[in-house]
Amino acid sequence: MTATTLFGLCGAVLVGTGLFGLITDPAPLRKILAFNLVGGGVFLIFGVVARHGATAGVAGDPVPQALVITAIVVAFAATALAVALLQRLSETADVVTLSADGGKKAGHVEQGSP
Amino acid sequence: MPVIVPSIEVTQAENAVLVLSIAVPIAGILVSFAVSSRWTERVVIALLPVGLGIAFAIFMAVWTTGVPVVYLVGGWGPPLGITLRADGLSAAMMLTTALVVCVIAVFAHADFHTPEGETDARAPFAFWILLLSIWSAMNLVCLGNDLFTLYVALEVLTFSAVPLVCLDGTAATLRAALRYLLYAMIGAMLYLVGVALLYGVYGALDITILSQRVRGDMATSVAIAAMTAGLLAKTALFPLHGWLPPAHAGAPSAGSAALSALVVKGSFFIVVRLWLDVAPALPGSTGVQLLGALGVAAILFGSVLALVQQRLKLLVAYSTVAQLGYLFLLFPLAFDNGSGRLEGGDALTGGMLQALSHATAKAAMFMAVGLMYAALGHDRLADIKGIARALPVTVWAFALGGMALIGLPPSGGFLAKCFLLAVTVRSGQWWYAIAILAGGLLTSGYMVLFLSRAMAPAREPLKLCATIPRHRQDAVLALALFSFLLGLIALAPLDVLQVGRPAPISVGSR
Repeated sequence: MTATTLFGLCGAVLVGTGLFGLITDPAPLRKILAFNLVGGGVFLIFGVVARHGATAGVAGDPVPQALVITAIVVAFAATALAVALLQRLSETADVVTLSADGGKKAGHVEQGSP
Repeated sequence: MPVIVPSIEVTQAENAVLVLSIAVPIAGILVSFAVSSRWTERVVIALLPVGLGIAFAIFMAVWTTGVPVVYLVGGWGPPLGITLRADGLSAAMMLTTALVVCVIAVFAHADFHTPEGETDARAPFAFWILLLSIWSAMNLVCLGNDLFTLYVALEVLTFSAVPLVCLDGTAATLRAALRYLLYAMIGAMLYLVGVALLYGVYGALDITILSQRVRGDMATSVAIAAMTAGLLAKTALFPLHGWLPPAHAGAPSAGSAALSALVVKGSFFIVVRLWLDVAPALPGSTGVQLLGALGVAAILFGSVLALVQQRLKLLVAYSTVAQLGYLFLLFPLAFDNGSGRLEGGDALTGGMLQALSHATAKAAMFMAVGLMYAALGHDRLADIKGIARALPVTVWAFALGGMALIGLPPSGGFLAKCFLLAVTVRSGQWWYAIAILAGGLLTSGYMVLFLSRAMAPAREPLKLCATIPRHRQDAVLALALFSFLLGLIALAPLDVLQVGRPAPISVGSR
């Protein structure tokens, strides 16, 4: 197994773990963290793609590196926006939940939302 | 490998109008940051005719010449440079976007006006720059010709749409906005995985280059599947529609109009680009039938839920879920069994017409609901008796929008359904015809439900808590009328939608 394959598999595992957390975990903050896990995996895959496209004399294809910088900035902005919304929500509401009834139903588990 | 790089002549100076369509709203935002919110309104009002003029100029250029308008940013060609390309679909979409944005701005001026005596107010400032930002991002979605530029455009669209949902800052709308953002974030990540994989396989992201190189291997299939799933979450196609009704019903009416009419169309537009331009041969009949089945489910599910809503705004939001389903019937209907490819043709014309018709009709309907809400102080369907007497123009606008959704002639919806139904017959996929007709029936169901209540005489004279200025009602009516008369474009520039499409391989379909 080469290093590229290993990193690719790591990326896949991160994306999978993140997706699982995003879908199953009802807590909004944990969903945001899970999103960042997915993001980490995707950025790693970009790195693998860059290494994969390496030619003689160049250690990696520069284009995916340029793309991934933009993607990291965008994902960072998304996280910042989500955390800001969450913070405002926790100031406004008593219960921080995403369910439409404001968490009135005890033990209500968020369904169908990633 | 042969790569057709657009010749350098196409970057003529006059094609820089494509860049202007994106840059002008952004320039407005930058100026707004330097001035007070009172001046932000004036900046937006000044930019409206400019943006509309630019969209109109691009539309006319595409229509009269019959070839796409292409601009290479900085003179750098693909695969490294960024190409902006306006074909028929983009031009029609941009013109509709500009029209809708202009009417929304006229409508929203009363709601997001800096109060007398103040020079700076937060909500108006936020609303106006978000509206400009949505406009710019929609133009970039229409023009971007490489998948990564489209990713950036999608994200700008999301980041400007989400705050619109929670402008009033209540817990319910914050919750709706956060739900929307989480769906959109994961959608964007899935799209990004696809971008990485496609770049890894083909070493290019330009749509024109990819369409020549694309093969049906495993990595490509996974990439397209992940990107489609991400885009469906952003478009709110059943069963990923959970975020849409609370978000669209919770936003201020002008915001709902922009979200429902424009923002969900942005991600739909990229699905069309992906399936019809990048990989028309890849999905095969299973893929297109899956999208078609989801579309049918969305039509039935959304319409039935719209019928049982107690609040008018939620009714209109669930109607959006249903109408989005129609858009996805485009894919199975565009599929040509003979060549095994998605061919565009009449199915594409019908699907895109449906998108444009729904954009104008739904914007008008959301704004009409906003006016009724402002007049009554609520939007409970049970208590709207007599509203047709109090606000006749507004109720008429709502009804005209509804008729365009049902598909009565001569509305745009009528023409769109004509095209789609003709293709269902021609391609022998009669079950989609049943879904289209059933959807129309259910739509008339909730329209009749509303109209019968609105027109019923009130027991006691209706007390209005605000008078609605005439120009707001007229602006909404104008947009509804436009949507209702959209079918008449069959007489003129309908072929513009097919500009820049590759010629079909099989004989028989146009």
